[in-house]
Amino acid sequence: MVVIFDLLAQGMQMAMVLLLAPLLTGLVRKIKARLLRRQGPSVIQPYRDLLRLLRKEVVLAENASWLFRVTPYLIFAVTWVAVSLIPTFATGLMFSWTADLIVIVALLGSARFFLALAGMDIGTSFGGIGSSREAMIATLAEPAMLLTIFTLALVAGSTQLSTIADVMISSHVGLRVSLGMALIALIMVAIAENARIPVDNPATHLELTMVHEAMVLEYSGRHLAMIELAAFLKLLLYISLIACIFVPWQLAVLGTGATAHILGMIAYLAKLAVGGVFLALFETATAKMRVFRVPEFLGAALMLGMLATLLLFVSRSL
Amino acid sequence: MTPVALVLWCIAALVAISVLAVTISRSPGATPIIYGASLSASAAVFVVVLLQLVTPAASGLLPALVLPVGLPWLGAHFRLDALAAFFLVVINLGGAAASLYGLGYGRHETAPQRLLPFFPVFLAGMNLVVLAADAFTFLLSWEFMSLASWGLVMTHHRERDNRKAAYIYLVMASFGTFALLLAFGLLAGTSGSYDFATMRTAGHAPAVSALVLILMLIGAGSKAGLVPLHVWLPLAHPAAPSHVSALMSGVMTKVAVYGFIRVVFDLLGEPAWWSGMIVLLLGGVTAVVGILHALMEQDLKRLLAYSTIENIGVIFVSLGLALAFEANAMNLAAALALAAALFHVLNHSFFKSLLFFGAGAVLTATGERDMDKLGGLIHRMPLTSFAFLVGSVAISALPPFNGFVSEWLAFQAILQSPDLPQWGLKIMVPAVGGLLALSAALAAACFVKAFGVTFLGRPRTLAAQLAKEVDRFSLSAMFVLAALCLLAGILPGIAIDALAPVTLTLVGGRMPVQTSAPWLSIVPIAEGRSSYNGLLVLLFTAFAASLAAYMVHRLASRALRRAPAWDCGFPDLSPQTQYTSASFAQPIRRVFGTLLFQAKETVEMPAPGDPKPARFTLELRDLIWGGLYEPIAGAVWFAAERLNHLQFLTIRRYLSLVFLALVFLLLVLAIWS
Repeated sequence: MVVIFDLLAQGMQMAMVLLLAPLLTGLVRKIKARLLRRQGPSVIQPYRDLLRLLRKEVVLAENASWLFRVTPYLIFAVTWVAVSLIPTFATGLMFSWTADLIVIVALLGSARFFLALAGMDIGTSFGGIGSSREAMIATLAEPAMLLTIFTLALVAGSTQLSTIADVMISSHVGLRVSLGMALIALIMVAIAENARIPVDNPATHLELTMVHEAMVLEYSGRHLAMIELAAFLKLLLYISLIACIFVPWQLAVLGTGATAHILGMIAYLAKLAVGGVFLALFETATAKMRVFRVPEFLGAALMLGMLATLLLFVSRSL
Repeated sequence: MTPVALVLWCIAALVAISVLAVTISRSPGATPIIYGASLSASAAVFVVVLLQLVTPAASGLLPALVLPVGLPWLGAHFRLDALAAFFLVVINLGGAAASLYGLGYGRHETAPQRLLPFFPVFLAGMNLVVLAADAFTFLLSWEFMSLASWGLVMTHHRERDNRKAAYIYLVMASFGTFALLLAFGLLAGTSGSYDFATMRTAGHAPAVSALVLILMLIGAGSKAGLVPLHVWLPLAHPAAPSHVSALMSGVMTKVAVYGFIRVVFDLLGEPAWWSGMIVLLLGGVTAVVGILHALMEQDLKRLLAYSTIENIGVIFVSLGLALAFEANAMNLAAALALAAALFHVLNHSFFKSLLFFGAGAVLTATGERDMDKLGGLIHRMPLTSFAFLVGSVAISALPPFNGFVSEWLAFQAILQSPDLPQWGLKIMVPAVGGLLALSAALAAACFVKAFGVTFLGRPRTLAAQLAKEVDRFSLSAMFVLAALCLLAGILPGIAIDALAPVTLTLVGGRMPVQTSAPWLSIVPIAEGRSSYNGLLVLLFTAFAASLAAYMVHRLASRALRRAPAWDCGFPDLSPQTQYTSASFAQPIRRVFGTLLFQAKETVEMPAPGDPKPARFTLELRDLIWGGLYEPIAGAVWFAAERLNHLQFLTIRRYLSLVFLALVFLLLVLAIWS
């Protein structure tokens, strides 16, 4: 009985993130448009875009290899698995012991690895520019993320996300300087990883500054739909991650009843909405950076992660 | 017959194969005979030691086998304990794979008579180093291994670069052995007992231990490729034929790691806490410097050689952690760190051999090692590129392959370290953790470049356009290793459990039994702290991907049309406009290269209407070569020039020199006592 309930919770979580992800992106786009005093498309526009793309035929470049055709499904699958392992409204997911936070980061790393390869597969200079810049961003964002994870793991005594969330819910953690630094570093990494302003512009095309869009330039039809959906999922993943670690309020703990779960769900939706609003506000308020300013931005995240970890190492004996 | 004797017989067989090779190597049928025989000998040793490793009896101290050869009062001691058995598995798996690959690859060899005699004897040398249980046999086998590999580097001796590489290798190898000789001399002490068993029980003064550690870092570190002693490695490893490169990079560097572990963990006794700090720092720096060099490289085999340096750095980081934990009596954490190091040794031997085989296949098919002259090989060589892709994913530490597991274990070990009491370690460990994370991310970028430029895109030259898939032997060797990469990634618990006797004897602790964990997860310390299940990650991903693909093809469109590439509407006809390895690395070069390589880019753009070609020049400097090796080489030359005058003196002057030296030495002796 318990197993069935757990399995159901896990299945529900997987379906829920898949359904919510386009809505979140739609929300962010809508708010951004309103902030710029535009009407903007409806919040459910991303669903329509996905459906439209799925129905279209794929126009495949002549020398595309099998790797190019497999990559969209692979990226989608890996991102979906990663996001299903994050406690959104309840901790103690059935399969949370399969992968800890380091594995989740590595899964996203695999998605990026294959996307960068797909960018180089056709052999156009735009694909190459996207891949090479993505590689540069990743070489700084990934260590920053790992150092942030070190900080969290040292505070919680575990790299297991469910355990970290449980520790964060319990009140004895309190405010800590290193956690504050970790939060800032994590937000900076999240912005870079999701190709948001100021690192990259998700709405750009035909520009020499584009990174993510340059890699997926040759994709069309269902392939593009899978990649877009993976990108939506990734945004949801990072907001859920930040929410579950730093604002774990109302997160239903394992073994609590249905009311707690419903409360947790409502709280989660609210958290996503707030995260989306903040993202839209931030994106509207800042300008995009030159590509070679990005290392400075991410270098700051790396330093913050480093300092936070160092602080914990040093303060352990005090 | 005991396992040691069996292994020794196999080694004798390898030497005999070598002798056979000398006699028949010029005949056309020699290549399959020699490689086939080497394959069987390696496979036999592999089976013997694997049985030895998995049987529980292996954990005890086995008596050494003493053969009446070598020094008359010592004899030659051989012992097969758990550590030796583990490294013999690595060596012979690599050796068997290289022999299998050689069955196909060796057919294209232009000078088999320079290669075949050295190949089995190289394998024999590596096996002997690991079996040796006294300093004399160890050093003799070490030199045997070095010289045999030197012979292999010299296979294509008519190329000037290869001769230079072999020369630098020889100098560095002699220097390294010299350091090892001194280290063993110190370990033997005044009693002069060269037997490992006696060395292990004899106590060592702290100063002696410190000196031995530094000498081992120089001796074993130069063979393994620790920065700054790595300079010979990216020259020598790629110069050899590809299956030998695979052996040198994937296996011989591991023999060096074995030498380090044997002396520092086993013979030296309790380590001091700062020894961990030195090893950690060297490891971290090696990892980052190695992979940054690899990123700047456009020669595929040299890129792989530099990436070996990075992986050696990763191994030494874990070893340093193990030393630090052991010094503070944190046996469980020490076992975790040591297991991470040893598992990475195994993993690196798998994927690095695989990648060198892939590079060799590309070399056979196109005659090119320069990535910027390749491209599009995924269409012409689908199987090779698939195997190379597996190796690239594995070495980039991405789940569910094996490289990720050992990196993950290393990170878990780092997370155990805030409990270390010393301040130096407290500050060093997170810094090195950052370096490790950085090197992992850079490795992924490096292999996106290696695979993307070589195998993807459009062919940049005619040679790449006309490439053909390689023979079945080469392919089967690559696919065996690719399968091992996946297996070690999804079932790491089996390998970690097999390492338990090694960690028990060396650091007095072991990781929890992994195979009893539910669903074959791996649990480094306790389940609440961290666990990872590669098998389930693979299954979930495969399930999600196939589900998505099925649903999309079933419910949505499955229409497909081929058309020219879109590329934002640019008519991009020439394959030369593709990103090359140098252009791929440009953003990273701008971020990291200005400091480490003092990279200088100059663009000469002629004015409009000027028919002069536009030029882009890139200057990279190797600071370690320029700052450390060139001054030393300069000093040696200077001294040699000056001392040259001594050869042209009269007999009177020689006699007075002898007399002066005698007086000086007597004076020294008088003051000394």
